[in-house]
Amino acid sequence: MLEIRQKAKELLESGKVKVVIGYGKSTNNTTRAVFIRKPEDAEKLVLDESCVQNLALYLYKHEVKHFGKEAVVASLPVLRSMLQLGAENQIKDQEVIAIALTPEKKVVELSTFAEIEKHVSLFKHDLTAEEKQLLKKINAMTLEDRWEYWNKEFSKCFKCYACRQSCPMCYCPRCAAEVNNPQWIPVAPHQHGNLEWHLMRAMHLAGRCINCGDCAKACPVNIPLNLLTYQLIEEINNEFKYTAGTSASQNYVLSTWKLEDKESFIR
Amino acid sequence: MEIQKKSISKASLQKLIEKLNANGRKIIAPVKKENLVEFGFISGLEQMAEDYILTNQSAKSAAFPKFEKLFSYEVTKNGITQSDSGNTEFPELVLLGVRPCDADGFTSLSAIFTWDYHDTQYTDRLNKTTLISISCSKCDDYCFCTSVDGHPGNTKGSDIQLTRLESGDYLAEIITEKGITVMNLAPELFANAPAVEKEKYLALVPSRFKAGEIAGKIKSLFENDIWIEQSLRCLGCGACAFVCPACACFDIQDESKGKNGIRLRCWDSCGFSLFTLHTSGHNPREVQSQRWRQRLMHKFSYMPERLDVLGCVGCGRCSRACPVDMNIMEHLINISEVQA
Repeated sequence: MLEIRQKAKELLESGKVKVVIGYGKSTNNTTRAVFIRKPEDAEKLVLDESCVQNLALYLYKHEVKHFGKEAVVASLPVLRSMLQLGAENQIKDQEVIAIALTPEKKVVELSTFAEIEKHVSLFKHDLTAEEKQLLKKINAMTLEDRWEYWNKEFSKCFKCYACRQSCPMCYCPRCAAEVNNPQWIPVAPHQHGNLEWHLMRAMHLAGRCINCGDCAKACPVNIPLNLLTYQLIEEINNEFKYTAGTSASQNYVLSTWKLEDKESFIR
Repeated sequence: MEIQKKSISKASLQKLIEKLNANGRKIIAPVKKENLVEFGFISGLEQMAEDYILTNQSAKSAAFPKFEKLFSYEVTKNGITQSDSGNTEFPELVLLGVRPCDADGFTSLSAIFTWDYHDTQYTDRLNKTTLISISCSKCDDYCFCTSVDGHPGNTKGSDIQLTRLESGDYLAEIITEKGITVMNLAPELFANAPAVEKEKYLALVPSRFKAGEIAGKIKSLFENDIWIEQSLRCLGCGACAFVCPACACFDIQDESKGKNGIRLRCWDSCGFSLFTLHTSGHNPREVQSQRWRQRLMHKFSYMPERLDVLGCVGCGRCSRACPVDMNIMEHLINISEVQA
């Protein structure tokens, strides 16, 4: 924790960055995102197991960008989001400095996509045993039971869009859910509207989701949205041998093609 | 009318529920749904959640559901014909176990829905709803009703208020005509009130700021940087607005198939970037800090000024639901302390 503060202080003091996005204490003894702009405020940074929000989405937030060059306290999901955002041309190489921890918990400064890629390659990206177990449970259901399960879960949705807003990959200035000519997705939070919204969002994240789980954590009515993304991660992994957020130069799997594709329609 | 004080035992409350059910009224109360306490239909007291400070969502959907049909329409050669508008038969509801802040939330909603236009869809639903609140014996760090003219035993908005006594019986305050109607369904279940001090059974919610002072101050802060500072971490979702008992904004949507369609209204939130987007492409609130300012200005300046009612009851639900800890009480304290 002290090392993180030291690094943030250095970066701000030297003028290398204008803002450090990290975690700080809240009034209710939890942690939350903070935006440090003065070297002396680097003391406010904390880093413990409660610091789980994926901060990558603040990198392109108007008011934050406005401060100038950014550094971010970067957990593995933040780093992977940065690479995926890089691959999708949403952030540029060397635009943001990542303050990360090595597997040995040493603080490192990563300034380029190449450095982030190298760092990310030190970690495993498979679903955890627990995540796989949850997925197995869902997939063991009959089609009818699963349909009922998801409809029941989606019936809780009131379309606050916290899932979308908490997701660094949901950066579209106008979401497909808000396009109304033609109206792709019914706006009302009824069964049809909720089902289409969540399926559309999941499909748009296929091959892009880096599994931070923030959509599920943000949901105020506890819909297990992470189960949808686990499934997509597994599918994309099995079918294309592709893991999102491991390289800033790889093509997003659903927007590219290969001549040697096993499906004939592509040729 | 003057509040009548009675008492009702737990067993009698159970009988009252049966009586209300038999009378064709549906009863909505806090129930445990997985790891959340939410409002749901009950037919017996045993289904009601026991240990809760507040439900996750407010009670507003009883009169202002997350979406509802306003009318049907058909495009014909002679123009558009409209049908089944405003004549829907709404069920008789009893909201049991709402908190005083939730009951008071309907005061704010009613002020909006009867302001320039009398919204019959809302008022018809509310007229058919009887609110039996249970005063708060507990609060948490997010509660701040006493800072916004509320109180854990506030009777405003409730038709009957129950306060649990140490005996397990409830002190029953019969507040409105609707409350009397419910009592008169089974007057034998209500006994004379014991001589008790109600305050003794209520949570102590510390007063953190004065809403009246905020209203005066906030107006002078329109151009202040405080809005940017406070909303840097805001995601721009609608969780706060949708769990809020006093947020009334809605969006109008048409769903059509061929020449037939229905017009719906759905909850909307001033936190959304599209909320004020004009057809021209211009957006007068183009960044989140302006939307956050609007949220607080509306609740603490515009509503008291125009409708003589606050847009906040201090339930703290928005803070509990917020994925990034936008703690409204903390922000308001912050505003009360800023040197304008």
